[in-house]
Amino acid sequence: MRFAIPLGLFVLMVGLLGFGLTLDPKKVPSPLIDKPAPAFSLSVLHQPELKLSQKDMLGQVWVMNVWASWCVSCRAEHAIITQLAKQNLTPVIGLNYKDQPNDAKAWLQQFGNPYLASIVDLDGRVGIDWGVYGVPETFIIGRDGLIKYKHIGPVTQESLDAEVIPMLKQLLG
Amino acid sequence: MFKYFRLILVCVLLLPGLASAAIEAYEFKDAQMEDDYNQLINELRCLVCQNQNLSGSDADLARDLRRQTHEMLMQGNNPDQVVEYMVARYGDFVLYRPQFQRNTLLLWIGPFFLALIALWLVIRKIRRQQELVKPDDSTMQRAKELLADPLPSDDLPSKKRDN
Repeated sequence: MRFAIPLGLFVLMVGLLGFGLTLDPKKVPSPLIDKPAPAFSLSVLHQPELKLSQKDMLGQVWVMNVWASWCVSCRAEHAIITQLAKQNLTPVIGLNYKDQPNDAKAWLQQFGNPYLASIVDLDGRVGIDWGVYGVPETFIIGRDGLIKYKHIGPVTQESLDAEVIPMLKQLLG
Repeated sequence: MFKYFRLILVCVLLLPGLASAAIEAYEFKDAQMEDDYNQLINELRCLVCQNQNLSGSDADLARDLRRQTHEMLMQGNNPDQVVEYMVARYGDFVLYRPQFQRNTLLLWIGPFFLALIALWLVIRKIRRQQELVKPDDSTMQRAKELLADPLPSDDLPSKKRDN
């Protein structure tokens, strides 16, 4: 009986620490969820004279995938993004983050280009506005121009099937 | 074995020099702004290499955020506005010193609360022990009698039996 309280506290602590182990500290919840997509006006990778802004996308559900040719996990993710784009649910826009346009084009040529368009964020300022800190990142923006979902790190087959597609279908529905 | 000891020692002692990453030479309008800048980059977290602040991190993002901090200060923003800007984009996690708000209340007052509970437990325990040793009136009376008795040795055994 004397040990009941310390033992109880110990078990509680082990429980809490155990729960902590299941969380990924790299996944910081974005404060941007349900906030308007941050403003940008950036050149399109393959047509630099053309500028794309978040306003152009208003009224439709769209996906923004942050990628770069120097980003190794973007290669791993590429097949999944391609698979998503092929379903033709929504436009998939690439944010080419802190990359050399020539490297970026070569990368797309090598692996295939799933994006409707990629926009060029040379110095990463738009990335900062979108709270990007771990490329690749994937955002889903609703018809109202609000960010509905953010995925940090490469989208996997599981997260595509369990989160991204259902979220898109719900927004389109 | 010890031939190169000094050389190795010197190399090892030089290592910490590599750790200081913030090497950009920024110019500031005045000393106050420089202090603000240094304080901000010490208190803002680099989200790529978590557990490092902006000043200690060599990550690309940290460099960009240092640039952003510097620019915002030069544009006349005060440090609170810079913090607000970062929190709006990266969330409260970007702060090493969390703001005092509803969801950080436990974080801020929790330790004091626990210290108060501990204090209360200690006081209660001390009080109880004092009560345990505090003799009642009849025991005190007997103790006084025993002390007043100059030669208790003779009847000590009989008194013991009385008890």
